[in-house]
Amino acid sequence: MFKYQFDWSVVTSGKYFEWLLSGLYTTIQLSLVAIVFSFLLGLVIAMMRMSNVKPVRWFAHGYLEFFRNTPLLVQIFFWYFGSYKILPTVINDWLNKTNFEFGAAVIALTIYTSAFIAEDIRSGVRSIPKEQLEAARSSGFSYVRSMQYIILPQAVRITIPPLINQFLNLTKNSSLAMTIGVMELTYQARQVESYTFKGFEAFTAATLVYVVLSIIITLMVTYYDKVVLSPMKAR
Amino acid sequence: MQTGFDFTVIWTNITYFFIGRFPHGALGGIALTLYLAVISCILSFIGGLFLGLMGISHNKPVRYLSTVILNIIRGMPLLMVIFWMYFLLPAMMGGNVNESWTVIMALTLFTSAYMSQIVKAGVEGIPRGQTEAALSTGLHPWQAMIYIVLPQGLRNMIPSFVNQFVSMIKDTSLAFIVGVSELTHVATQINNRTIIYPTEIFFFIAVIYFIICYAFTSLSRWLEKRLAWRR
Repeated sequence: MFKYQFDWSVVTSGKYFEWLLSGLYTTIQLSLVAIVFSFLLGLVIAMMRMSNVKPVRWFAHGYLEFFRNTPLLVQIFFWYFGSYKILPTVINDWLNKTNFEFGAAVIALTIYTSAFIAEDIRSGVRSIPKEQLEAARSSGFSYVRSMQYIILPQAVRITIPPLINQFLNLTKNSSLAMTIGVMELTYQARQVESYTFKGFEAFTAATLVYVVLSIIITLMVTYYDKVVLSPMKAR
Repeated sequence: MQTGFDFTVIWTNITYFFIGRFPHGALGGIALTLYLAVISCILSFIGGLFLGLMGISHNKPVRYLSTVILNIIRGMPLLMVIFWMYFLLPAMMGGNVNESWTVIMALTLFTSAYMSQIVKAGVEGIPRGQTEAALSTGLHPWQAMIYIVLPQGLRNMIPSFVNQFVSMIKDTSLAFIVGVSELTHVATQINNRTIIYPTEIFFFIAVIYFIICYAFTSLSRWLEKRLAWRR
């Protein structure tokens, strides 16, 4: 069935190993940059979604529905291929000079993940009893300040497990950036495969990296649940 | 801003978007997207049922095996699963495999892992008293599962299934990577042919995906409300 010579040295040493390593580095870079921006953007959108001003709430609602129901790949293509018509010429020139593939991937991943993060933050805030907000308002805090000092600190502690899950999803979704030429881990695995025809070893190496990352992050969530959240809930 | 938007490119290619090259070749476009999603959903429901029941078995090795399989499949990006299937299926079947079936197998495997979570949650949501009563009337454990627990559990799982179907429709866009002519691939083909309309084309398919997925998401929310009331 398998007439295949295994040759693991291809992925453990030599220049192909360096390709995979540089792919891993790019994946980590992409994921970290995107998660920071998408958390900030998600926080803003979540605040807008819970605001009392109707147009702001509708805009946030439309934003969330649109970017959660559209595939990430389509969004990546839109930002990479189709954004030059809606951006001013100055920005287009600057983008073409710098690393636009990476930038377009970051923008698409940020906007896509921020929609999910906003929903998670919103359900985290809704799990805080309403009385907290009422007590804060009656003590003289404005809506924004009571969010900032009373509600959000509690909500963030509850929202951290879903946020860590979104980070994991983001890292796995970053593999889609290979379609526009970002040389991250999956792209490099494919490169190694097409140069050496040792597809099994190359893909096993990349898969191992993703699975180990996923297991580490899931263990972090379990640890956080046990050490931080359960004692808090038992009170 | 550059020159204005010109959506005529959409109208001139509208049949290609919807059914691809159909009478003169394979199905494509939106029709192929829905075909891939429906077939993968049905197959992954069966796979998810199987994996989910493995996960709540009383047999320790079976349970551990299912945990290992789940963690490996869910730890990989879907793109990786598609590449694995693309390389392994021809080696296993000995010969050429139709790319649509490669994608269907990859989507099935990937989604079965998530479906198994849904099945597990649905089955564990049924009160234990049901299983105990079933066993005390003399039913075999797996008979209790098939005739008593699953029918009740499946009703609760329906909104989650619809949500999974929505994710499946979005995931079919990855079939583009291996050359299947579904909606995203059709859009890139038209974009490569008519070079100057990327914004219109990709915005159009974003809207199409949004309409389809939003319709099903609203359906799942409505189902959740209906099913909760029946209790």
